[in-house]
Amino acid sequence: MTIAPERGSRSMRDWPVVFPPPYQGSRIPKRVPTILDVPAELLATGDVMQINFGPNHPSTHGVLRLIVDLDGEQVVGLNAVIGYLHTGFEKTMEHKTWWKCVTYPERIDYVGYQNAELVFVLAVEKLLELETPEKAIWMRTLLCELNRIHSHLVFLGTSALELGAISMFWYCFRERETILDLYEMVAGARMHTRYFQIGGLAEDIPAGFFPECRKFVEWMPRALDDYLALLDRNAIWLERTKGVGVLSAEDAIALGQSGPNLRASGVDWDLRRDQPYLAYDQVDFRVPCYRNGDVYDRYRVRMDEMAESVRIVDQCLRRLERLEGTPWIADDRKVVLPPREELHTSMESLIHHFKIVTEGFRVPEGEVYAAIESPRGESGCYLVSDGGPKPWRVHFRAPSFVALEATATCMHDALVADLIAIVGSLDAVMGDTDR
Amino acid sequence: MSWERIPGFVSVKEALGETTVTIETAWILDACEHARGEGFSFLADIVATDYLGWGDRGVSGYIGTAGGRDLNHPMTQGYQKLPESKPKRFSLSYHLLAMRQPPVRVRLQCWLDEDEPVQSVVSVWPTADWHEREQFDMMGIRFEGHPNLARLLMPDDWDGHPLRKDYPLGGEPVRFSEAE
Repeated sequence: MTIAPERGSRSMRDWPVVFPPPYQGSRIPKRVPTILDVPAELLATGDVMQINFGPNHPSTHGVLRLIVDLDGEQVVGLNAVIGYLHTGFEKTMEHKTWWKCVTYPERIDYVGYQNAELVFVLAVEKLLELETPEKAIWMRTLLCELNRIHSHLVFLGTSALELGAISMFWYCFRERETILDLYEMVAGARMHTRYFQIGGLAEDIPAGFFPECRKFVEWMPRALDDYLALLDRNAIWLERTKGVGVLSAEDAIALGQSGPNLRASGVDWDLRRDQPYLAYDQVDFRVPCYRNGDVYDRYRVRMDEMAESVRIVDQCLRRLERLEGTPWIADDRKVVLPPREELHTSMESLIHHFKIVTEGFRVPEGEVYAAIESPRGESGCYLVSDGGPKPWRVHFRAPSFVALEATATCMHDALVADLIAIVGSLDAVMGDTDR
Repeated sequence: MSWERIPGFVSVKEALGETTVTIETAWILDACEHARGEGFSFLADIVATDYLGWGDRGVSGYIGTAGGRDLNHPMTQGYQKLPESKPKRFSLSYHLLAMRQPPVRVRLQCWLDEDEPVQSVVSVWPTADWHEREQFDMMGIRFEGHPNLARLLMPDDWDGHPLRKDYPLGGEPVRFSEAE
């Protein structure tokens, strides 16, 4: 595993780019950064054929449409068309109370759902200047890391499936199933949990979660070894991923890439470490960083990240076991629903419950941008409140949306078969892209 | 860094741990170029907000608002105070990140009237391409100098800009409903 050298050992000017670029200059298309144009002289030959991939092609990870110009098997032009899954979440959320909005972000990025929920909840808490209890912070960290593993497993399974390694898909989804079972145990729902509330967690961690989660932590490194054994010496996999879809560090930053795509290009940048939120400043983990920026390195970054996530989950478990019996949600009755059993005995609790559910709580006027490191990169949430019970404006900085901007640049010198590998390696979730 | 040195600087505000620098609309391209030169190499997001009707949401509350009491929603309580008035209808925010230790984030913000164009920053950060197209599509902000200012999320022949406040929720016409 290539781990970038310690920060501070080189001048701040070079950091966070830690490796020399895989190619000189920029490959970002000149006219429009996201459209690869067919060279005029090639177009004049009349040999270029335009083919439409998607929006319902099985290898497009959802409803992505790629208009591809082919010269034989060579991809010479590309235009990615998105919007087929546009659902108007941002508009809908403007018409819901803050309390009801929490369910929406999870449905935006439906693979990295827990992280998507987290960024919204963190943004609202920032506006409210609300402190969350220690147990909530650690449990959020734990669930977000489980979710990162879940997301990377879906990436790994589907990418390998698209390149013909069908058994990888079954193995990855076996472990994914275990993670979903853990979620079911905690929140009652396998996905879209709504377990994070503004102020903390919806409920206490159920009895029996810790031993089950520990079993997973013990099992997962072995599963990762299995994946490596299946893929990492597989000649077809290596042939189809190494040196394909290369993106240099400079181009990646210019194109706003973040997360594993950025770290595969030799940029040592991870918000969990560099702008810590939750309990990430108190856990020990490494940030994998690779230098070639190709499909293979993006896969390796995610493999290494899963191993690191398991370590973080382990540390969170140790910490949480000592926090048993402590509160899981902030004690602010103007924002947080009162405990259910109090409703039978306390008039004030009943009123608070009624008020929060019917008209919602009010959030002070202001605007915030909260950013976290989701499995796909920097996931941001911009909120404007006018002081009322509903958000004035909600906007998500979707990492998948940005990742797809890099398709044209990555497609340099690619064959039509590489196209599938490249789009898969950028790991875009179309719900997140189109919102 | 000193925000006053940014071209077109109007004011700077610190709130909730975030820095918002207001920029003269005509200077936004120069301001972004300057910021990029100062190390803000990462453009996280471009987002427009429509402030049409800001401050006159229905009220029966403690302090009156410009819009008065909303008889249709008597349950809603009013603002504790009127929100701060905004200079123009649209705000346009550029969320920038300087990748250093500690990281620096800043929000460059400019204000636009309806139909007021703003210069595109695609030449500064290529990633602005889709962000600007999205804001054009959703909010109807016109970015001058954008190489391909087409709709991004909505169909090409769509009418209106859905995230504007005067665009109703459920504003989609029902197709194939009658006279088919």
